[in-house]
Amino acid sequence: MITGGRIVRLAERDRAEVHFLLDGEKRGALAGDTVLTAMLASGHALRNSEFGSEPRAGFCLMGACQDCWVWQEEGPRLRACTTLISEGMRLRTQPPENWP
Amino acid sequence: MSAVAAPKIVIVGAGPAGIRAAATLVDAGFHPIVIDEGQRAGGQIYRRPATGFTRTPEELYGSEAAKARALHSLFDRLAEERRLTHCAGTSVIATHEGRLHVLGEGGVQMIVCDRLILATGASDRVAPVPGWQNAGVYSLGAAQIALKAQGVALGRRIVLMGSGPLLTLVGAQLVKAGADVVAVLDTSPWRQQLRGLWDLAARPAVALRGLVMRARLGGRYHAGVTLERIEADGSGVVAFRWRDAGGKERVTSCDMIGMGWHLRAETHLADIAGCAFTYDEQWQQWLPKIDEMGRAGNGLYLAGDGARLLGADGAEIAGRLAAAACLADLGHPMPSVGADLLKLKRLKRFARGLAIAFPWPGAMARALPDDAIVCRCENVTAGSIRASVEHGGGEANRVKSLSRVGMGRCQGRYCLPAAVEVITAQAGCAPKDVGRFRGQAPVRPAPVGAFLQEG
Repeated sequence: MITGGRIVRLAERDRAEVHFLLDGEKRGALAGDTVLTAMLASGHALRNSEFGSEPRAGFCLMGACQDCWVWQEEGPRLRACTTLISEGMRLRTQPPENWP
Repeated sequence: MSAVAAPKIVIVGAGPAGIRAAATLVDAGFHPIVIDEGQRAGGQIYRRPATGFTRTPEELYGSEAAKARALHSLFDRLAEERRLTHCAGTSVIATHEGRLHVLGEGGVQMIVCDRLILATGASDRVAPVPGWQNAGVYSLGAAQIALKAQGVALGRRIVLMGSGPLLTLVGAQLVKAGADVVAVLDTSPWRQQLRGLWDLAARPAVALRGLVMRARLGGRYHAGVTLERIEADGSGVVAFRWRDAGGKERVTSCDMIGMGWHLRAETHLADIAGCAFTYDEQWQQWLPKIDEMGRAGNGLYLAGDGARLLGADGAEIAGRLAAAACLADLGHPMPSVGADLLKLKRLKRFARGLAIAFPWPGAMARALPDDAIVCRCENVTAGSIRASVEHGGGEANRVKSLSRVGMGRCQGRYCLPAAVEVITAQAGCAPKDVGRFRGQAPVRPAPVGAFLQEG
């Protein structure tokens, strides 16, 4: 599993490993991780702000601030703090190329 | 359900208030529908990790483990016995004349109800610090949720800032879990905290527990600090600049910041349900108008931190009271409420102590530099809010439409308190004259596809 992301696992490390694709690259996470935890376990951001140059990594983690919506290869976005990661998910930090 | 004509009662929220309200209604023979955004009942304070996690309630909730266990098992039993209907992972996004628009896995559905109990809780009340839009800045609640629900720290070198009970609690919990907390910065000076002592003594055991946790933070804790600026590089936060109580400039390198000044009641649904609001000087925020039982009128009841910020114990009481009021209004015998009303009085005194000891940093928000971002959703700056006040006056909704502050995806939940301060200072009026952003449906973002179901 790639380490060196933003988050540090302090407990509950004995869970099954699941794999997902982030921007086409294979990444590992643990079953029960939210998409936010899974992405930040090996990365530093979830997306870029549409209104500034800075990357974003979530803010409230309780579904209220809407800072953590990320793109999926198949189209619909999801809220990373309230969605659990699942095997084979295909996530993107950038909108698809054909997004206006 | 046996009685076909039994009034339909919907409870929104399955935290301590929602659970107690549901249990009270079940005891009286009703079958409430409980709609909650969480996958498992418990709310934010008693939030449970997903299945497969193994820490015990004692490890997760510390001194409050027995209360968490009691609420979880009560709710699970009522759901298993089918004495209530639990809609998990589901959001109420709009309500109008007894109809609720409910967003779940299968899209948007409509639920009709005769009585509505809102137990929507609260979220962190935050004040902008220049640079807070950068990756790695979170609310204090977020740091706690990450630890409780996921077993993770959101950074390797952590600075916590703000004021209020959560600042000390989250700091102590992270330190205990093995996270590297490098500084806990309280904007309330010691002398201000002492002013709250008289009222905080209403709950001596709770106050003492807070002091013990504070002691565990040791030299990390600093009272009476001035927050200056979050520094970041292309990947997120790298340092925090602040001044200590003596005015000495300090720079602390860190990759994560948690911030919060107590709580902001989650009132969007109450607002679109037609509830009246008043500006509460003690809590320095707009709160819905209710009677002592939680009645807001027209078959609407409010309970818990979404109505009055009295914490988890107060929420359990308010949940029982709101359900009792609902039963009485339906012509059913009302459970006795005398003891609960008395307890609530003590909790209100304690809450007043917290409000005095750990005040909202209004002056800090009013003094934000023009280029500081107030709205994280759309990067609206303090300067742009000030310019729109000059242009269109100091009314919150006018400033919202001119500057777009509060227009973003969080719908003002995280910028309103600070925006009101900036407007107040520029317009030379009081917060209550500025007003508040009107709530708009949907109160959570809903994908267009969710409305395109057959039927």
